[in-house]
Amino acid sequence: MNTSGVDWAAVKADFPVLQRMIDGQRLVYLDSANTSQKPNAVIDAMSDFMRNGYAPINRSAYRMAGEATDLFEGARGKVQRFINARSVNEVVFTKNATESINLIAQTWGRANLQAGDVVVLTHMEHHANIVPWHMLVAERGIELRWIPLTDDGLLDLSNLSSLLDGAKVLSFTAMSNVLGTITPVKQLCAAAHAAGAIAIVDACQFVPHNVTDVQAWDADFAMFSGHKMVGPSGIGVLWGREELLEAMPPFLGGGNMIGDVRLDGFTTAELPSKFEAGTPPIVEVIGLGAAVDYLSNIGMANIRQHEMQLTEYAMSTLKARYGDEIVIHGPRNVEVRGAVLSFAFRDIHPHDISQILDEKNVCVRAGHHCAKPLMKLLGANATARASFYIYNDQTDADALADALDGASDIFGV
Amino acid sequence: MPGLEDLYREIILDHYRTPRNRGELAPPAVMAEGHNPLCGDEITIYAQVENGILVDVKVSGQGCSISQSSASMMSQAVKGKSLAEIQALIHRFKVMMSIEEDSDDVPAVEVKMGDLEALQGVVKFPVRIKCAILSWNTLLQALDNASA
Repeated sequence: MNTSGVDWAAVKADFPVLQRMIDGQRLVYLDSANTSQKPNAVIDAMSDFMRNGYAPINRSAYRMAGEATDLFEGARGKVQRFINARSVNEVVFTKNATESINLIAQTWGRANLQAGDVVVLTHMEHHANIVPWHMLVAERGIELRWIPLTDDGLLDLSNLSSLLDGAKVLSFTAMSNVLGTITPVKQLCAAAHAAGAIAIVDACQFVPHNVTDVQAWDADFAMFSGHKMVGPSGIGVLWGREELLEAMPPFLGGGNMIGDVRLDGFTTAELPSKFEAGTPPIVEVIGLGAAVDYLSNIGMANIRQHEMQLTEYAMSTLKARYGDEIVIHGPRNVEVRGAVLSFAFRDIHPHDISQILDEKNVCVRAGHHCAKPLMKLLGANATARASFYIYNDQTDADALADALDGASDIFGV
Repeated sequence: MPGLEDLYREIILDHYRTPRNRGELAPPAVMAEGHNPLCGDEITIYAQVENGILVDVKVSGQGCSISQSSASMMSQAVKGKSLAEIQALIHRFKVMMSIEEDSDDVPAVEVKMGDLEALQGVVKFPVRIKCAILSWNTLLQALDNASA
Protein backbone atom coordinates (compact mmCIF):
# COMPACT_ATOMS: atom_id res chain seq x y z
CA MET A 1 0.00 0.00 0.00
CA ASN A 2 1.33 3.39 -0.88
CA THR A 3 -0.32 6.62 0.22
CA SER A 4 0.89 9.96 -1.08
CA GLY A 5 4.45 8.75 -1.54
CA VAL A 6 4.92 7.59 2.06
CA ASP A 7 7.09 4.48 2.24
CA TRP A 8 5.03 2.57 4.80
CA ALA A 9 7.44 -0.37 4.82
CA ALA A 10 10.17 2.05 5.87
CA VAL A 11 7.86 3.41 8.59
CA LYS A 12 7.36 -0.12 9.89
CA ALA A 13 11.12 -0.66 9.88
CA ASP A 14 11.53 2.39 12.15
CA PHE A 15 9.96 0.43 15.01
CA PRO A 16 12.57 -1.97 16.39
CA VAL A 17 10.16 -4.02 18.50
CA LEU A 18 8.37 -5.09 15.33
CA GLN A 19 11.53 -6.98 14.32
CA ARG A 20 11.08 -9.17 17.36
CA MET A 21 10.31 -12.83 16.77
CA ILE A 22 8.51 -14.88 19.41
CA ASP A 23 8.52 -18.65 18.88
CA GLY A 24 9.85 -18.00 15.38
CA GLN A 25 6.87 -15.84 14.42
CA ARG A 26 6.78 -12.12 13.78
CA LEU A 27 4.92 -9.73 16.04
CA VAL A 28 1.53 -8.51 14.79
CA TYR A 29 0.81 -5.57 17.07
CA LEU A 30 -2.87 -4.58 16.91
CA ASP A 31 -3.26 -2.81 20.24
CA SER A 32 -2.29 0.76 19.41
CA ALA A 33 -5.56 2.23 20.69
CA ASN A 34 -4.32 0.94 24.03
CA THR A 35 -0.75 2.14 23.63
CA SER A 36 1.51 2.55 20.62
CA GLN A 37 4.96 1.22 19.81
CA LYS A 38 7.99 3.55 19.66
CA PRO A 39 10.19 4.43 16.68
CA ASN A 40 13.97 4.74 16.84
CA ALA A 41 13.63 8.52 16.59
CA VAL A 42 11.84 8.67 19.95
CA ILE A 43 13.99 6.04 21.65
CA ASP A 44 17.16 7.80 20.46
CA ALA A 45 16.01 11.29 21.47
CA MET A 46 15.30 10.08 24.99
CA SER A 47 18.45 8.01 25.41
CA ASP A 48 20.67 10.71 23.83
CA PHE A 49 19.34 13.21 26.32
CA MET A 50 19.94 10.86 29.24
CA ARG A 51 23.43 9.91 27.98
CA ASN A 52 24.66 13.30 26.93
CA GLY A 53 22.66 16.13 28.41
CA TYR A 54 20.37 15.20 31.26
CA ALA A 55 19.86 18.21 33.54
CA PRO A 56 17.09 20.02 35.40
CA ILE A 57 15.00 22.64 33.67
CA ASN A 58 14.09 26.20 34.66
CA ARG A 59 16.22 26.41 37.77
CA SER A 60 19.97 26.22 37.30
CA ALA A 61 22.53 28.53 35.69
CA TYR A 62 24.93 26.04 34.18
CA ARG A 63 24.99 25.53 30.44
CA MET A 64 23.70 21.98 30.42
CA ALA A 65 20.62 23.06 32.40
CA GLY A 66 20.04 25.77 29.82
CA GLU A 67 20.25 23.23 27.01
CA ALA A 68 17.81 20.95 28.81
CA THR A 69 15.38 23.84 29.28
CA ASP A 70 15.62 24.69 25.58
CA LEU A 71 14.91 21.08 24.60
CA PHE A 72 12.00 20.89 27.03
CA GLU A 73 10.41 24.17 25.95
CA GLY A 74 11.20 23.33 22.33
CA ALA A 75 9.04 20.24 22.70
CA ARG A 76 6.22 22.41 24.02
CA GLY A 77 6.48 24.54 20.89
CA LYS A 78 6.30 21.42 18.73
CA VAL A 79 3.11 20.33 20.48
CA GLN A 80 1.65 23.82 20.11
CA ARG A 81 2.19 23.80 16.34
CA PHE A 82 1.03 20.18 16.06
CA ILE A 83 -2.44 21.01 17.38
CA ASN A 84 -2.44 24.63 16.18
CA ALA A 85 -2.76 26.18 19.63
CA ARG A 86 -2.56 29.97 19.76
CA SER A 87 0.32 30.06 22.22
CA VAL A 88 2.74 27.81 24.09
CA ASN A 89 1.08 29.13 27.25
CA GLU A 90 -1.93 27.03 26.31
CA VAL A 91 0.05 23.76 26.36
CA VAL A 92 0.25 22.23 29.84
CA PHE A 93 2.20 19.02 30.36
CA THR A 94 0.46 16.41 32.52
CA LYS A 95 0.94 12.72 33.16
CA ASN A 96 -1.65 11.68 30.58
CA ALA A 97 -5.10 12.58 29.23
CA THR A 98 -6.70 11.12 32.35
CA GLU A 99 -4.81 13.54 34.57
CA SER A 100 -5.71 16.38 32.21
CA ILE A 101 -9.45 15.74 32.60
CA ASN A 102 -9.09 15.40 36.36
CA LEU A 103 -7.21 18.70 36.40
CA ILE A 104 -10.11 20.45 34.68
CA ALA A 105 -12.74 18.83 36.90
CA GLN A 106 -10.81 19.61 40.07
CA THR A 107 -9.89 23.21 39.21
CA TRP A 108 -12.27 24.69 36.65
CA GLY A 109 -15.03 22.39 37.90
CA ARG A 110 -14.68 23.25 41.57
CA ALA A 111 -14.46 26.96 40.78
CA ASN A 112 -17.43 27.02 38.45
CA LEU A 113 -19.84 24.17 39.21
CA GLN A 114 -22.41 24.18 42.01
CA ALA A 115 -25.19 21.82 43.05
CA GLY A 116 -27.66 21.33 40.21
CA ASP A 117 -25.27 22.49 37.47
CA VAL A 118 -25.37 20.25 34.42
CA VAL A 119 -22.45 18.47 32.73
CA VAL A 120 -23.30 16.71 29.46
CA LEU A 121 -21.34 13.60 28.45
CA THR A 122 -21.95 10.89 25.84
CA HIS A 123 -22.63 7.16 26.10
CA MET A 124 -19.34 6.39 24.38
CA GLU A 125 -16.99 8.03 26.87
CA HIS A 126 -13.92 6.40 28.37
CA HIS A 127 -14.00 6.10 32.17
CA ALA A 128 -11.47 8.95 32.23
CA ASN A 129 -14.21 11.29 31.02
CA ILE A 130 -16.87 9.84 33.31
CA VAL A 131 -15.39 9.24 36.74
CA PRO A 132 -13.92 12.74 37.33
CA TRP A 133 -17.45 14.08 36.78
CA HIS A 134 -19.02 11.39 38.98
CA MET A 135 -16.62 12.60 41.67
CA LEU A 136 -18.09 16.09 41.34
CA VAL A 137 -21.59 14.61 41.50
CA ALA A 138 -20.62 13.13 44.86
CA GLU A 139 -18.82 16.25 46.06
CA ARG A 140 -20.96 19.03 44.59
CA GLY A 141 -24.26 17.51 43.58
CA ILE A 142 -23.85 18.41 39.92
CA GLU A 143 -26.13 16.65 37.41
CA LEU A 144 -24.92 14.49 34.52
CA ARG A 145 -26.78 14.12 31.23
CA TRP A 146 -25.85 11.69 28.49
CA ILE A 147 -25.98 12.01 24.72
CA PRO A 148 -27.24 8.63 23.45
CA LEU A 149 -26.01 6.64 20.44
CA THR A 150 -27.66 5.53 17.25
CA ASP A 151 -27.76 1.85 16.33
CA ASP A 152 -24.74 2.23 14.07
CA GLY A 153 -22.62 3.72 16.83
CA LEU A 154 -22.84 7.43 16.04
CA LEU A 155 -23.85 10.11 18.52
CA ASP A 156 -27.61 10.63 18.43
CA LEU A 157 -27.81 14.42 18.28
CA SER A 158 -31.56 14.63 17.70
CA ASN A 159 -32.16 15.97 21.23
CA LEU A 160 -28.89 17.81 21.58
CA SER A 161 -30.35 21.24 22.24
CA SER A 162 -32.61 20.01 25.04
CA LEU A 163 -29.75 18.03 26.59
CA LEU A 164 -27.58 21.14 26.49
CA ASP A 165 -30.31 23.41 27.81
CA GLY A 166 -28.89 25.12 30.91
CA ALA A 167 -25.67 23.03 30.80
CA LYS A 168 -22.33 24.42 31.96
CA VAL A 169 -20.11 21.79 30.32
CA LEU A 170 -20.17 19.51 27.29
CA SER A 171 -17.33 17.00 27.56
CA PHE A 172 -17.01 14.39 24.81
CA THR A 173 -14.63 12.17 22.93
CA ALA A 174 -13.42 13.13 19.45
CA MET A 175 -13.00 9.42 18.68
CA SER A 176 -14.35 6.43 20.57
CA ASN A 177 -11.74 3.98 21.82
CA VAL A 178 -14.26 1.14 21.44
CA LEU A 179 -16.33 1.93 18.35
CA GLY A 180 -13.77 4.00 16.50
CA THR A 181 -16.51 6.58 15.89
CA ILE A 182 -15.20 10.03 14.99
CA THR A 183 -17.58 12.63 16.40
CA PRO A 184 -18.51 16.00 14.81
CA VAL A 185 -16.27 18.03 17.11
CA LYS A 186 -16.82 21.42 15.49
CA GLN A 187 -20.59 21.06 15.53
CA LEU A 188 -20.60 19.94 19.16
CA CYS A 189 -18.36 22.81 20.27
CA ALA A 190 -20.65 25.28 18.51
CA ALA A 191 -23.73 23.71 20.11
CA ALA A 192 -22.11 23.87 23.55
CA HIS A 193 -21.24 27.54 23.12
CA ALA A 194 -24.70 28.37 21.82
CA ALA A 195 -26.07 26.90 25.06
CA GLY A 196 -23.57 28.84 27.17
CA ALA A 197 -21.51 25.74 28.05
CA ILE A 198 -17.79 25.17 27.66
CA ALA A 199 -16.63 22.40 25.29
CA ILE A 200 -14.07 19.85 26.47
CA VAL A 201 -12.70 17.46 23.84
CA ASP A 202 -11.17 14.14 24.87
CA ALA A 203 -8.80 13.87 21.92
CA CYS A 204 -6.77 10.95 23.24
CA GLN A 205 -7.70 8.61 20.37
CA PHE A 206 -8.01 11.37 17.79
CA VAL A 207 -4.74 13.28 17.97
CA PRO A 208 -2.44 10.33 17.14
CA HIS A 209 -4.33 9.57 13.92
CA ASN A 210 -5.68 12.83 12.48
CA VAL A 211 -4.87 16.43 11.68
CA THR A 212 -5.79 18.34 14.86
CA ASP A 213 -6.64 22.03 14.90
CA VAL A 214 -8.00 23.16 18.26
CA GLN A 215 -8.70 26.66 16.92
CA ALA A 216 -10.75 25.33 14.02
CA TRP A 217 -12.67 23.20 16.52
CA ASP A 218 -13.29 26.32 18.61
CA ALA A 219 -13.02 24.11 21.70
CA ASP A 220 -12.19 25.32 25.22
CA PHE A 221 -10.11 22.40 26.45
CA ALA A 222 -8.65 19.30 24.81
CA MET A 223 -6.35 16.56 26.05
CA PHE A 224 -4.30 13.63 24.81
CA SER A 225 -1.55 11.21 25.87
CA GLY A 226 1.97 10.85 24.49
CA HIS A 227 2.08 7.07 24.65
CA LYS A 228 -0.69 6.57 22.06
CA MET A 229 1.16 8.74 19.49
CA VAL A 230 4.49 6.86 19.36
CA GLY A 231 5.77 8.86 22.33
CA PRO A 232 6.62 7.57 25.81
CA SER A 233 4.21 6.82 28.63
CA GLY A 234 4.01 9.22 31.56
CA ILE A 235 3.49 12.37 29.49
CA GLY A 236 0.22 13.90 28.41
CA VAL A 237 -1.08 17.26 27.32
CA LEU A 238 -3.80 19.56 28.49
CA TRP A 239 -4.60 22.27 26.00
CA GLY A 240 -6.86 25.08 27.18
CA ARG A 241 -7.82 28.56 26.04
CA GLU A 242 -5.43 30.95 27.75
CA GLU A 243 -8.11 33.11 29.40
CA LEU A 244 -9.71 30.01 30.95
CA LEU A 245 -6.38 28.66 32.21
CA GLU A 246 -5.55 32.11 33.61
CA ALA A 247 -8.78 32.25 35.58
CA MET A 248 -8.50 28.73 37.01
CA PRO A 249 -7.08 27.97 40.44
CA PRO A 250 -3.94 25.81 40.42
CA PHE A 251 -4.09 22.00 40.60
CA LEU A 252 -1.10 20.47 42.38
CA GLY A 253 0.98 22.71 44.64
CA GLY A 254 4.76 22.63 44.93
CA GLY A 255 7.90 23.74 43.18
CA ASN A 256 7.82 25.35 39.72
CA MET A 257 4.14 26.36 39.94
CA ILE A 258 4.73 29.30 42.30
CA GLY A 259 5.37 33.00 41.83
CA ASP A 260 6.19 33.63 45.49
CA VAL A 261 5.85 31.68 48.71
CA ARG A 262 5.67 33.33 52.12
CA LEU A 263 4.73 32.12 55.56
CA ASP A 264 1.23 33.45 54.99
CA GLY A 265 0.57 32.19 51.46
CA PHE A 266 1.72 31.90 47.86
CA THR A 267 1.14 33.29 44.41
CA THR A 268 1.08 31.17 41.27
CA ALA A 269 3.54 31.18 38.40
CA GLU A 270 2.64 32.35 34.91
CA LEU A 271 1.16 29.88 32.44
CA PRO A 272 1.91 27.12 31.73
CA SER A 273 4.14 26.56 34.82
CA LYS A 274 1.15 27.34 37.04
CA PHE A 275 -0.15 23.82 36.34
CA GLU A 276 3.21 22.03 36.34
CA ALA A 277 4.15 21.46 39.97
CA GLY A 278 7.36 19.62 40.75
CA THR A 279 10.07 18.34 38.41
CA PRO A 280 8.23 17.37 35.23
CA PRO A 281 8.92 14.21 33.21
CA ILE A 282 11.74 15.94 31.32
CA VAL A 283 12.90 12.90 29.35
CA GLU A 284 9.33 12.04 28.39
CA VAL A 285 8.59 15.58 27.21
CA ILE A 286 11.64 15.42 24.96
CA GLY A 287 10.44 12.02 23.73
CA LEU A 288 7.02 13.50 22.99
CA GLY A 289 8.67 16.29 21.00
CA ALA A 290 10.49 13.66 18.93
CA ALA A 291 7.21 11.78 18.44
CA VAL A 292 5.52 14.93 17.15
CA ASP A 293 8.39 15.48 14.71
CA TYR A 294 8.20 11.86 13.59
CA LEU A 295 4.45 11.96 12.94
CA SER A 296 4.67 15.39 11.29
CA ASN A 297 7.33 14.13 8.88
CA ILE A 298 4.95 11.41 7.71
CA GLY A 299 2.08 13.88 7.69
CA MET A 300 -1.11 13.47 9.70
CA ALA A 301 -3.30 13.63 6.58
CA ASN A 302 -1.27 10.76 5.09
CA ILE A 303 -1.65 8.80 8.31
CA ARG A 304 -5.40 9.27 8.29
CA GLN A 305 -5.54 8.15 4.64
CA HIS A 306 -3.44 5.07 5.36
CA GLU A 307 -5.63 4.08 8.29
CA MET A 308 -8.87 4.58 6.37
CA GLN A 309 -7.63 2.25 3.63
CA LEU A 310 -6.43 -0.28 6.18
CA THR A 311 -9.67 -0.15 8.18
CA GLU A 312 -11.68 -0.68 5.01
CA TYR A 313 -9.45 -3.60 4.06
CA ALA A 314 -9.63 -5.20 7.51
CA MET A 315 -13.42 -4.83 7.77
CA SER A 316 -14.00 -6.21 4.28
CA THR A 317 -11.57 -9.09 4.82
CA LEU A 318 -13.09 -10.16 8.13
CA LYS A 319 -16.62 -9.86 6.78
CA ALA A 320 -15.82 -11.72 3.56
CA ARG A 321 -14.22 -14.52 5.53
CA TYR A 322 -16.58 -14.88 8.47
CA GLY A 323 -19.83 -13.21 7.42
CA ASP A 324 -22.37 -13.16 10.23
CA GLU A 325 -20.04 -15.07 12.53
CA ILE A 326 -18.23 -11.82 13.23
CA VAL A 327 -19.94 -8.68 14.51
CA ILE A 328 -17.88 -5.52 14.21
CA HIS A 329 -19.25 -2.79 16.46
CA GLY A 330 -19.47 0.84 15.35
CA PRO A 331 -20.03 2.62 12.04
CA ARG A 332 -19.35 0.78 8.78
CA ASN A 333 -18.33 3.98 6.98
CA VAL A 334 -14.60 4.59 7.43
CA GLU A 335 -15.13 8.32 6.78
CA VAL A 336 -16.49 8.53 10.33
CA ARG A 337 -14.42 5.89 12.06
CA GLY A 338 -10.82 5.43 13.02
CA ALA A 339 -8.78 2.24 12.79
CA VAL A 340 -10.37 0.59 15.82
CA LEU A 341 -12.29 -2.67 15.38
CA SER A 342 -14.13 -4.03 18.41
CA PHE A 343 -15.73 -7.31 17.54
CA ALA A 344 -17.60 -10.37 18.72
CA PHE A 345 -16.69 -13.68 17.10
CA ARG A 346 -18.67 -16.93 17.11
CA ASP A 347 -19.74 -16.73 20.76
CA ILE A 348 -16.16 -17.13 21.90
CA HIS A 349 -15.35 -14.97 24.88
CA PRO A 350 -12.94 -12.10 24.05
CA HIS A 351 -10.42 -13.33 26.63
CA ASP A 352 -10.26 -16.65 24.93
CA ILE A 353 -9.98 -14.97 21.53
CA SER A 354 -7.04 -12.86 22.64
CA GLN A 355 -5.39 -15.88 24.24
CA ILE A 356 -5.68 -17.85 21.02
CA LEU A 357 -4.54 -14.92 18.86
CA ASP A 358 -1.51 -14.57 21.13
CA GLU A 359 -0.48 -18.07 20.07
CA LYS A 360 0.10 -16.49 16.63
CA ASN A 361 1.70 -13.36 18.15
CA VAL A 362 -1.35 -11.31 17.22
CA CYS A 363 -1.75 -8.77 20.04
CA VAL A 364 -5.29 -7.47 20.62
CA ARG A 365 -7.06 -6.05 23.65
CA ALA A 366 -9.84 -7.99 25.32
CA GLY A 367 -12.03 -6.47 27.96
CA HIS A 368 -14.32 -3.56 28.63
CA HIS A 369 -11.82 -0.98 27.33
CA CYS A 370 -12.50 1.30 30.30
CA ALA A 371 -15.94 2.06 28.85
CA LYS A 372 -18.35 -0.02 30.92
CA PRO A 373 -21.45 2.12 30.25
CA LEU A 374 -20.88 1.66 26.52
CA MET A 375 -20.30 -2.08 26.96
CA LYS A 376 -23.65 -2.32 28.70
CA LEU A 377 -25.25 -0.57 25.75
CA LEU A 378 -23.62 -3.07 23.35
CA GLY A 379 -25.00 -5.89 25.49
CA ALA A 380 -21.54 -7.29 26.14
CA ASN A 381 -19.33 -7.25 29.20
CA ALA A 382 -16.28 -7.43 27.02
CA THR A 383 -15.17 -7.27 23.40
CA ALA A 384 -12.00 -8.12 21.54
CA ARG A 385 -10.46 -5.05 19.90
CA ALA A 386 -7.93 -4.86 17.11
CA SER A 387 -6.55 -1.38 16.45
CA PHE A 388 -4.21 -0.31 13.67
CA TYR A 389 -1.55 2.37 13.33
CA ILE A 390 1.14 3.63 10.99
CA TYR A 391 3.27 0.50 11.31
CA ASN A 392 0.43 -1.86 10.39
CA ASP A 393 -0.36 -3.04 6.89
CA GLN A 394 -2.63 -5.48 5.08
CA THR A 395 -0.52 -8.48 6.12
CA ASP A 396 -1.40 -7.65 9.74
CA ALA A 397 -5.11 -7.62 8.93
CA ASP A 398 -4.64 -10.95 7.14
CA ALA A 399 -2.78 -12.36 10.14
CA LEU A 400 -5.72 -11.39 12.36
CA ALA A 401 -8.19 -13.10 10.03
CA ASP A 402 -6.03 -16.24 9.83
CA ALA A 403 -5.46 -16.44 13.57
CA LEU A 404 -9.19 -16.25 14.29
CA ASP A 405 -9.58 -19.59 12.56
CA GLY A 406 -7.57 -21.18 15.37
CA ALA A 407 -10.24 -20.17 17.85
CA SER A 408 -12.75 -22.41 16.15
CA ASP A 409 -10.40 -25.40 16.29
CA ILE A 410 -10.21 -25.21 20.07
CA PHE A 411 -13.78 -24.28 20.86
CA GLY A 412 -15.31 -26.41 18.14
CA VAL A 413 -17.66 -23.69 16.95
CA MET B 1 5.44 -20.34 25.57
CA PRO B 2 3.35 -23.13 27.07
CA GLY B 3 0.92 -24.69 24.63
CA LEU B 4 -2.74 -23.79 24.53
CA GLU B 5 -3.53 -27.45 25.17
CA ASP B 6 -2.26 -26.92 28.73
CA LEU B 7 -4.91 -24.24 29.17
CA TYR B 8 -7.87 -25.47 27.20
CA ARG B 9 -8.09 -29.02 28.54
CA GLU B 10 -11.11 -30.97 27.34
CA ILE B 11 -12.67 -31.10 30.80
CA ILE B 12 -12.41 -27.30 31.08
CA LEU B 13 -14.16 -26.82 27.76
CA ASP B 14 -16.81 -29.34 28.85
CA HIS B 15 -17.58 -27.33 31.98
CA TYR B 16 -17.57 -24.14 29.90
CA ARG B 17 -20.04 -25.52 27.36
CA THR B 18 -22.21 -27.26 29.95
CA PRO B 19 -21.81 -25.38 33.20
CA ARG B 20 -23.02 -27.24 36.32
CA ASN B 21 -25.16 -25.69 39.04
CA ARG B 22 -26.17 -22.69 36.96
CA GLY B 23 -28.97 -20.58 38.35
CA GLU B 24 -30.05 -18.68 41.41
CA LEU B 25 -31.27 -19.47 44.92
CA ALA B 26 -33.91 -17.51 46.80
CA PRO B 27 -33.35 -16.25 50.35
CA PRO B 28 -32.53 -17.41 52.97
CA ALA B 29 -29.67 -18.45 50.66
CA VAL B 30 -27.01 -15.72 50.63
CA MET B 31 -25.38 -14.31 47.55
CA ALA B 32 -22.25 -12.42 46.60
CA GLU B 33 -21.23 -10.72 43.37
CA GLY B 34 -17.70 -10.78 42.04
CA HIS B 35 -16.31 -8.49 39.35
CA ASN B 36 -13.07 -8.65 37.54
CA PRO B 37 -12.45 -4.90 37.26
CA LEU B 38 -9.84 -5.38 34.57
CA CYS B 39 -11.98 -7.25 32.08
CA GLY B 40 -15.60 -6.81 33.12
CA ASP B 41 -16.33 -10.46 33.91
CA GLU B 42 -19.13 -10.83 36.43
CA ILE B 43 -20.11 -13.76 38.59
CA THR B 44 -22.77 -14.24 41.25
CA ILE B 45 -22.63 -17.09 43.75
CA TYR B 46 -25.70 -18.19 45.73
CA ALA B 47 -25.00 -20.27 48.81
CA GLN B 48 -27.38 -22.12 51.09
CA VAL B 49 -25.64 -22.94 54.39
CA GLU B 50 -27.33 -25.13 57.00
CA ASN B 51 -25.61 -26.27 60.20
CA GLY B 52 -22.17 -25.58 58.85
CA ILE B 53 -22.81 -27.42 55.58
CA LEU B 54 -23.09 -25.82 52.15
CA VAL B 55 -26.22 -27.70 51.16
CA ASP B 56 -26.71 -25.95 47.83
CA VAL B 57 -24.79 -23.58 45.58
CA LYS B 58 -25.66 -21.88 42.30
CA VAL B 59 -23.66 -19.77 39.88
CA SER B 60 -24.75 -17.06 37.47
CA GLY B 61 -22.94 -14.40 35.45
CA GLN B 62 -20.80 -14.34 32.36
CA GLY B 63 -17.16 -14.56 31.52
CA CYS B 64 -14.45 -16.39 29.65
CA SER B 65 -13.98 -20.14 29.45
CA ILE B 66 -11.55 -20.15 32.35
CA SER B 67 -13.66 -18.14 34.78
CA GLN B 68 -16.83 -20.01 33.90
CA SER B 69 -15.35 -23.51 34.00
CA SER B 70 -13.58 -22.73 37.25
CA ALA B 71 -16.90 -21.63 38.76
CA SER B 72 -18.65 -24.74 37.46
CA MET B 73 -16.02 -27.15 38.80
CA MET B 74 -15.90 -25.28 42.08
CA SER B 75 -19.66 -25.58 42.53
CA GLN B 76 -19.43 -29.35 42.10
CA ALA B 77 -16.50 -29.63 44.46
CA VAL B 78 -18.00 -27.61 47.32
CA LYS B 79 -21.63 -28.66 47.24
CA GLY B 80 -22.53 -30.71 50.32
CA LYS B 81 -19.19 -30.01 52.01
CA SER B 82 -18.62 -28.55 55.46
CA LEU B 83 -17.36 -25.00 55.71
CA ALA B 84 -14.06 -26.30 57.11
CA GLU B 85 -13.61 -28.56 54.10
CA ILE B 86 -14.46 -25.69 51.77
CA GLN B 87 -11.95 -23.37 53.44
CA ALA B 88 -9.30 -26.05 53.01
CA LEU B 89 -10.26 -26.53 49.35
CA ILE B 90 -10.12 -22.80 48.65
CA HIS B 91 -6.66 -22.73 50.17
CA ARG B 92 -5.55 -25.74 48.12
CA PHE B 93 -6.86 -24.09 44.95
CA LYS B 94 -5.06 -20.83 45.68
CA VAL B 95 -1.87 -22.73 46.34
CA MET B 96 -2.30 -24.43 42.95
CA MET B 97 -2.74 -20.95 41.40
CA SER B 98 0.46 -19.81 43.15
CA ILE B 99 -1.28 -17.00 44.97
CA GLU B 100 -1.06 -18.55 48.43
CA GLU B 101 1.85 -20.29 50.09
CA ASP B 102 1.38 -23.87 51.15
CA SER B 103 1.32 -23.61 54.93
CA ASP B 104 0.89 -25.83 57.95
CA ASP B 105 -1.49 -23.39 59.63
CA VAL B 106 -4.48 -24.68 57.76
CA PRO B 107 -6.44 -27.38 59.56
CA ALA B 108 -5.50 -30.72 58.10
CA VAL B 109 -8.81 -31.43 56.42
CA GLU B 110 -8.60 -33.99 53.66
CA VAL B 111 -9.72 -32.44 50.39
CA LYS B 112 -9.78 -33.91 46.91
CA MET B 113 -9.20 -31.63 43.95
CA GLY B 114 -10.78 -33.96 41.41
CA ASP B 115 -11.62 -32.22 38.13
CA LEU B 116 -10.09 -29.02 39.49
CA GLU B 117 -6.64 -30.45 38.79
CA ALA B 118 -7.37 -29.69 35.14
CA LEU B 119 -7.03 -26.00 35.95
CA GLN B 120 -3.42 -26.27 37.03
CA GLY B 121 -2.31 -25.36 33.50
CA VAL B 122 -3.70 -21.87 34.11
CA VAL B 123 -0.73 -21.05 36.30
CA LYS B 124 1.46 -21.07 33.19
CA PHE B 125 -0.64 -18.17 31.84
CA PRO B 126 -0.34 -15.62 34.65
CA VAL B 127 -2.85 -13.15 33.16
CA ARG B 128 -5.54 -15.82 33.35
CA ILE B 129 -5.09 -16.66 37.05
CA LYS B 130 -7.45 -13.84 37.97
CA CYS B 131 -10.07 -15.43 35.71
CA ALA B 132 -9.72 -18.78 37.48
CA ILE B 133 -9.81 -17.29 40.97
CA LEU B 134 -12.79 -14.96 40.54
CA SER B 135 -15.49 -17.49 41.54
CA TRP B 136 -13.45 -18.70 44.52
CA ASN B 137 -13.11 -15.24 46.01
CA THR B 138 -16.79 -14.65 45.35
CA LEU B 139 -17.67 -17.89 47.17
CA LEU B 140 -15.56 -16.75 50.13
CA GLN B 141 -17.51 -13.50 50.15
CA ALA B 142 -20.81 -15.39 50.05
CA LEU B 143 -19.76 -17.61 52.94
CA ASP B 144 -18.73 -14.52 54.91
CA ASN B 145 -22.18 -13.11 54.26
CA ALA B 146 -23.73 -16.36 55.47
CA SER B 147 -21.90 -16.22 58.79
CA ALA B 148 -22.47 -12.50 59.25
